Amino acid sequence: MSKTLIRGAKVLGGEPQDVLIDGGTIAAVGPGLGADGAEVVEAAGQVLLPGLVDLHTHLREPGREDSETVLTGTRAAASGGYTAVFAMANTFPVADTAGVVEQVYRLGREHGYCDVQPIGAVTVGLEGRKLAELGAMHESAAGVTVFSDDGKCVDDAVIMRRALEYVKAFGGVVAQHAQEPRLTEGAQMNEGVVSAELGLGGWPAVAEESIIARDVLLAEHVGSRVHICHLSTAGSVEIVRWAKSRGIDVTAEVTPHHLLLTDELVRSYNPVYKVNPPLRTERDVHALREALADGTIDIVATDHAPHPHEDKDCEWAAAAMGMVGLETALSVVQQTMVDTGLLDWAGVADRMSVRPAQIGRATGHGRPVSAGEPANLVLVDTAYRGRVDPAGFASRSRNTPYEGRELPGRVTHTWLRGKATLVDGKLT
Amino acid sequence: MQRHLISAADLTRDDAVLILDTAEEMARVADRPIKKLPTLRGRTIVNLFFEDSTRTRISFEAAEKRLSADVINFSAKGSSVSKGESLKDTAQTLEAMGVDAVVIRHGASGAPYRLATSGWIDAAVVNAGDGTHQHPTQALLDAFTMRRRLVGRDTGLGRDLSGRRITIVGDVLHSRVARSNVDLLHTLGAEVTLVAPPTLVPVGVGNWPCEVSYDLDSTLVKSDAVMMLRVQRERMNAAFFPTEREYSRRYGLDAERMAKMPGHAIVMHPGPMVRGMEITAEVADSDRCTVVEQVANGVSIRMAVLYLLLGGNEPALSHARQPVAHHPATERVAPPTGSEEK
Repeated sequence: MSKTLIRGAKVLGGEPQDVLIDGGTIAAVGPGLGADGAEVVEAAGQVLLPGLVDLHTHLREPGREDSETVLTGTRAAASGGYTAVFAMANTFPVADTAGVVEQVYRLGREHGYCDVQPIGAVTVGLEGRKLAELGAMHESAAGVTVFSDDGKCVDDAVIMRRALEYVKAFGGVVAQHAQEPRLTEGAQMNEGVVSAELGLGGWPAVAEESIIARDVLLAEHVGSRVHICHLSTAGSVEIVRWAKSRGIDVTAEVTPHHLLLTDELVRSYNPVYKVNPPLRTERDVHALREALADGTIDIVATDHAPHPHEDKDCEWAAAAMGMVGLETALSVVQQTMVDTGLLDWAGVADRMSVRPAQIGRATGHGRPVSAGEPANLVLVDTAYRGRVDPAGFASRSRNTPYEGRELPGRVTHTWLRGKATLVDGKLT
Repeated sequence: MQRHLISAADLTRDDAVLILDTAEEMARVADRPIKKLPTLRGRTIVNLFFEDSTRTRISFEAAEKRLSADVINFSAKGSSVSKGESLKDTAQTLEAMGVDAVVIRHGASGAPYRLATSGWIDAAVVNAGDGTHQHPTQALLDAFTMRRRLVGRDTGLGRDLSGRRITIVGDVLHSRVARSNVDLLHTLGAEVTLVAPPTLVPVGVGNWPCEVSYDLDSTLVKSDAVMMLRVQRERMNAAFFPTEREYSRRYGLDAERMAKMPGHAIVMHPGPMVRGMEITAEVADSDRCTVVEQVANGVSIRMAVLYLLLGGNEPALSHARQPVAHHPATERVAPPTGSEEK
């Protein structure tokens, strides 16, 4: 395979270095490396990070190919600097059997833009009643280690307990979508000052927090690890912080949009801001940023949720929940965490690559940028400033809340095992 | 420039007083043998009702016809909407037929706002009730009724409701009438108190420009008007209150309670009433109850709103004062696009 020399990149935001890729591996890292016939990428001023890993992506295939496919979703991922994504199970049919997860896994490998690691459903049909064949999905070619009914909460305490216990046999983890269903019947947005005014059904913070509290206690009781999806409230942060201080094996993710946007935006009744869990308040946003900085929240995960135009071009109550996020995640994290001084680039690498790879057991991803490691890398022009134009998205869907908003940073190159998937901002 | 009436909160004091004063002019038309003005001749208004509401629809229709507008009634039931056509497509279909204004009733909060701001249509949009959000013409007709009764039909002209104490009782949580009234009455200088069981008050009410009480009796004695809201019996199935009987006992208005109100105070209800639930028949049929008056006033208010939105450059009545120089600026202020750095 060919060689590539990345010249003068700030590795993890540090001093400029050269990085030589040979085949699928990083051959050398250091100042003043010789080109030696390698293709040279001039990277002066840019930041080099390990390829990003998203623990929470909706690729929609099979079943909703009108909103996204494995191909378009992984192209969007490569555009956003990702080399691995975990595909959520709420497809049609649901990814609750070895057959479905193997199909999704293989499609990702065939397209070659980004590794796709399927997430298996916890329960059959995401119905919360009967455990899916978790072991069969783990033993399949897809090697599933993360299980989630995302979109729905595993609200039955006994089913949740059994799932937490059962996956210990093969080092799996249950990723919980924390939403108490009765407290969120008819919920349309965060319950608070704005919902009271707008007359939209409230989604109270306690509906998330009560499930997280229960699940960390369950995880402690049965000695399992548990992962909390898209944590969105200041109260949830406090519970996770308490659980970690107690030694409970809990990890948590936050989405880019919950780090930036608040429920004030819902005043526009524009469904592009409709998402689950909903946008919260300024106070929550700040608590989430602090928690991501101090490690209480382990990772950033996009919850990339593509929807066709017509599902958002309607009245609020009729609209689908969710936002696309793969192609804007790093920029939002730069704005909310790096440009605010809360996190340095090494911290970003940890929260968006190293830790998510560890939680999901994605071998070969989230590795140090050093000789002998797999060449999964992303190069970022952090000085760039530009407005978000959804027309340029690789995703099949355009439901971004950032249209027209100025965000910093631009991913210029992505390498998956030494093969460039993105060159100068263009997909290969 | 487009003008709409989406929320009572969009009205300034001067806008609101102008609408009330104009409605007084319109009310005089109702006293004539021929209850009709040529003001909106040649203009087409569609009443786009996605939710059943015979009384509101009829009130708008009467107002539109008295202004000589061409009226199209569109009921979602049995229409293409039930076949899955979207709000956008329905609105654009109507617009293509040359509609000047859309009066919309919709079960989804924010639907009229979406219609007015999404670039789907150019017509003026009047909100005739959206979900649990707003019902601005109801608030206007309520304020009109209060001004007539508490300030005076003629002495009230040009005046607001400064210092009047208004109590709104019942299912505030699910009520667009309550939200609209709180906004408008506050703008008009009234002091509003909401009374309800805590389960029927929204979380976040603390930011509303009003007081909240859980005790009806202590509030009644200091009220100039008491507005009873309909309470749907089904609410008790969702544990908002234990039984119909207990609700009536704690929050219903009967003759005994009405007797505690100051002598001049009135009882209001937006209708439809649930007799025996929030209001007894004795109270509903008493002289102090303005329910029927409110219905009549509703037509005058809706005439005033449509006239000011669509035809406000000409005098409403041949004998009326000169054309109003000021139109109610009911266009909404654009919401903030970013909130993170505030």
